[in-house]
Amino acid sequence: MGFVSQVVRDSETYAKNRADMLALIDEMRALEARPAALSEQRRERMEARGQITPRDRLAHLLDPGMPFLQLHGLAGFCVDTDDPQKSVPGASLIIGIGFVSGVRCMIIVDDAGIKAGALVEMSGAAFLSAQDMALKQNLPFVHLVESAGANLMEYKVEFWANGGKLFRNLARHSAAGLPNVAVLHGPSTAGGAYMPGLADYVVGVKQNGMAALAGAALVHAATGEKANDRDLGGSEMHATTSGLVEYLAEDDAHGIEMARGVMARLDWNKSLPNRRSKEVQPPKFDPEEIAGVVPIDYRIPYDVREVVARIVDGSDFEDFKPGYGPATVCLQAAINGIAVGILGNNGPLDPAGANKASQFIQLCGQADTPLIFLNNITGFMVGTQYEQGGMIKHGAKMIQAVTSVDVPKITLYIGASFGAGNYGMCGYAYDPDFLFAWPNAATGVMGGEQAAGTMEMVARAGFQRKGIEPDEGKLAAQKAAITAHFNKQESAFYTSGRCIDHGVIDPRDTRRVLGFCLETCLEGRARSVKPSSYGVHRF
Amino acid sequence: MAFNTLLVANRGEIAARILRTAQALGLRTVAVYTTADAGALHVALADEAVWIGEGPVGDSYLNGDRIIAAAQKTGAGAIHPGYGFLSENAEFAKKVEAAGLTFIGPDAQAIRLMGDKADAKRLMVGAGVPCVPGYEGDDQSETALTEAAAKIGFPIMVKAAAGGGGRGMRLVQDAGALLEAIAQARSEAENAFGSGALILEKAITEARHVELQVFADNRGNVIHLGERDCSVQRRHQKVIEEAPCPEMTSELRAKMGAVAIDAARAVNYRGAGTVEFLLEPSGAFYFLEMNTRLQVEHPVTEMITGLDLVALQIAVAQGEALPITQEDIAQNGHAIEVRLYAEDPSNGYLPATGPVDVWRPAASPGVRVDAGVQPGQEVSPFYDPMLAKIIAHGPTREIARARLIKAVNETVVLGTVTNSVFLTDVLGQDAFVRGDATITFLDQAYPEGFPAYQVTGRDVALALALMLDADQARAKASAGYVSSDQLGWSSAALLPSSATLTYGETEIQARALARPDGWTVWIEDDTFDITFSSNANGNVRACINNQTVDAVAHLTRDVAQIAVGAERLTFRRLRPGAQDEETAASGRIIAPMPGLLIEVAAEPGHNVAKGDRLAVLEAMKMQHQITATVNGVITAVHVKEGQQLISGDVMIEIEET
Repeated sequence: MGFVSQVVRDSETYAKNRADMLALIDEMRALEARPAALSEQRRERMEARGQITPRDRLAHLLDPGMPFLQLHGLAGFCVDTDDPQKSVPGASLIIGIGFVSGVRCMIIVDDAGIKAGALVEMSGAAFLSAQDMALKQNLPFVHLVESAGANLMEYKVEFWANGGKLFRNLARHSAAGLPNVAVLHGPSTAGGAYMPGLADYVVGVKQNGMAALAGAALVHAATGEKANDRDLGGSEMHATTSGLVEYLAEDDAHGIEMARGVMARLDWNKSLPNRRSKEVQPPKFDPEEIAGVVPIDYRIPYDVREVVARIVDGSDFEDFKPGYGPATVCLQAAINGIAVGILGNNGPLDPAGANKASQFIQLCGQADTPLIFLNNITGFMVGTQYEQGGMIKHGAKMIQAVTSVDVPKITLYIGASFGAGNYGMCGYAYDPDFLFAWPNAATGVMGGEQAAGTMEMVARAGFQRKGIEPDEGKLAAQKAAITAHFNKQESAFYTSGRCIDHGVIDPRDTRRVLGFCLETCLEGRARSVKPSSYGVHRF
Repeated sequence: MAFNTLLVANRGEIAARILRTAQALGLRTVAVYTTADAGALHVALADEAVWIGEGPVGDSYLNGDRIIAAAQKTGAGAIHPGYGFLSENAEFAKKVEAAGLTFIGPDAQAIRLMGDKADAKRLMVGAGVPCVPGYEGDDQSETALTEAAAKIGFPIMVKAAAGGGGRGMRLVQDAGALLEAIAQARSEAENAFGSGALILEKAITEARHVELQVFADNRGNVIHLGERDCSVQRRHQKVIEEAPCPEMTSELRAKMGAVAIDAARAVNYRGAGTVEFLLEPSGAFYFLEMNTRLQVEHPVTEMITGLDLVALQIAVAQGEALPITQEDIAQNGHAIEVRLYAEDPSNGYLPATGPVDVWRPAASPGVRVDAGVQPGQEVSPFYDPMLAKIIAHGPTREIARARLIKAVNETVVLGTVTNSVFLTDVLGQDAFVRGDATITFLDQAYPEGFPAYQVTGRDVALALALMLDADQARAKASAGYVSSDQLGWSSAALLPSSATLTYGETEIQARALARPDGWTVWIEDDTFDITFSSNANGNVRACINNQTVDAVAHLTRDVAQIAVGAERLTFRRLRPGAQDEETAASGRIIAPMPGLLIEVAAEPGHNVAKGDRLAVLEAMKMQHQITATVNGVITAVHVKEGQQLISGDVMIEIEET
């Protein structure tokens, strides 16, 4: 028995799908490579200072061969400039969940190779998102600090106002019983000085590490004092005089080694309950085939089970109520031995589908089974028949169920995710534990053509009311403008640039991403932490 | 005098080997041991073990009274001395007999006669045994020795009259170097044997070292068990021994055997003994000396004759007649033995100490490994650093040789440096393959000493991949919920991590990146894709750039020891921040090995030039010169004459100028 795939691997369709998807993946990798290449240009300069580059720091920090899940790799894409060819994503940060001395950590590395690590418009959003995730998943936090601070030329008052949350989160993080470590590789001034200030453990690198509320220039402007930066905030001073630095490192690599030492000595997993080990079968259908299974155009239908069969253990799943509301697919399966409930879409949500989904979500809640939402949804069905059938109330039940169910929720945008369908399928605003998009995903209130068509109908009705001939030229121009406005914003790269997901992934990595996220959620929930009222004070 | 309990007054492989035979014969066995040997194999093997002292041999294995007391305490009726230590000590043999115990070996008189080289030679000349022209007079003055040397003709050998095993032995090429050699040999002889008496001998260089195994009982039966060829020697220490001698004819064997039997009869010999000769290409042979004990290399004789020499020794000691006659001695095939030492051939054969982290003897057909080590044991500075003997037998010499090379490759010691590569290299030398080796073979084969191994990128890549694999396993073991499926995966591109490895003094930069199925390592312009198809309990099968490599590995966090073929490679990974202490050490003179400091020339405040002699350290029979590593001023001398040093002790500090 088991799932019978209808995919023909040597078909033209498969080849076209695969070529299309690989082109998008290449585009994604090229975007990710942009900040890396730009930062790499500073290698010589940094090495001349006795430093190592931010990405080398990350490589030193991580346990060899342990998994790493990058977050917000495209943050800021098309925010710095409208030109997708010139935009540099990454928001001057390298963010991810990885392992440091066997401890699963939230890691943020300031990309000091780009404008000396100065924060850009989306840096705050990405940083906050990572901190929220660390708090939610009970993850210790490691920050490799070297930042010129905010770029004063790009100052906006709301950046400063919202920026305070970074430090509030650090205080909450410490109070939540979650250790955080900062390595001071370079300057961290003004507000940035509170990065080490609020860290539980600070490693200061000799010569380059520096933290001060104001650097020499600002001190001179403010008080007239002629000071130098090393006396104001050098690691050596902090290690001996101010007490801001616990561990003094010879150089960058040594500092990272010390941070690894801090993590190692936590014995962080000492009370983590053992997970019953199960024999895990890989999928019978190769995850690699996802690229050929899924058309990048969401208007071309396909069976979402073809995707699930390439994600779950042994390609084995159980269809829940397959004959009732069949366009809404509810499946019970396992990933890395972890039982999951999977919701997918083979068409719009109708009353039966919404009801089935709501019941399925509640059943998963009852059994504490994590939920995975594979979004390929153009919306809830419209029309007299559906309105009379109670589409609103059935949709509302589904939104209630998604909102209230207290299990790990992981959302993937694998195709369309439009309108209230996005809400029902646990979109960004429903605060899933993890939310990733495939590069072909299209997200928004509705599709561009749909929006343009709607506006055209409204305009034609207006002309008709006024009894004048429609201006076809104006209508066409309006249609083109609206379509372009919507289409630009629906691409996965664009939405990821706005940090309304956690990143874009290679669809072929889906099983591993889901496995990583599920393990992170389970580990975070199984962990007993010792919260305190105020966090650990620095003395 | 019959006995049922045997005490073995030795350690290491020979103690283990004797214990095994004794136990097989149904005897109760007693071992003696020191604090340094508490974890040693012979202690574990014996039925009972008696502690006889701390590490130094003078208080333990050379202390006859303690050993006799141990025998009496445990009810042992006989003492087997093995080789070395008290095996050729006439005084000890006498004391053993006086205590009413059986000494397994000849009587004290025979030991004494053969133990004094001068006496032995006079005796042999009298018995018609051909001897090397030389001087063994009582007049030990420099004048007498110089005159005698001139009469014999150079080159000449200066030897300790009481010696053996290369101690106090010097080859002198011309008259100019004679006095210094006499002084050095005398000093070594005094230290080693308590007697500075020397003999001189014409140096015979292009000859083979051929020795005859003899056996005698108390009833007048004396036989020989054929010869062993021990020409492959380094500083008069045997490296490879084989039987039969590749050049031997049955006529010559009969002739040499008869002479050996004569030699034994001349001292009324009893038990196992070896008569050593130099055999010239012409067929002429000269008596060298007689070893009145079981030899290290006795297994090659055992393997071709099928006899157990220790069993024969015990039988004779029990008062039985030899169970075999000369006619019973058959020669079957060929056997070759190598001695696996804890020493560094490419660093002047410096003795090494350290832990035996891994010990895996070969176990292939035709192979015998006599070992005194076990995993976890320390190679102690107090004793001879021989770890094991590896012996291979085959129907032909070539098969025995091939089997032996394979066996050396498969016998893995990790933790301390060994001479395994040297052994396989020697076994593969043309002259040895042809069976042409004479006693000068090794000097001719390696005129510049044994070259250090040039480590390859592949070795480094394998070592790094093994360390990373272990890092990964350690991280996974301490991590929470991580499925194997996740290993080596990253959702976005990571940069390779960089690492600095050292191999000896060489630093190697490498970069590495994990893949779900293994590791990619870059070293300079080379890329190595490494996948481990197995990597458990030190057994490694790696696929490196589509080629399979088998290795044995022992890893600690930053040290990878790997055995590939006969190579035993140690790589260290430098940890950031850990190097500062090491780099400052260039003017610090560190004891290169454990030993006794017999001279300190350095004085604080003195100017020294690089290469100046600072001290003399005596270790493992050799006097090692400790010289200045840099030009500068001596700022501190931390040691004094007569001090026993351990490897790594800081001796002298020089401030570089």
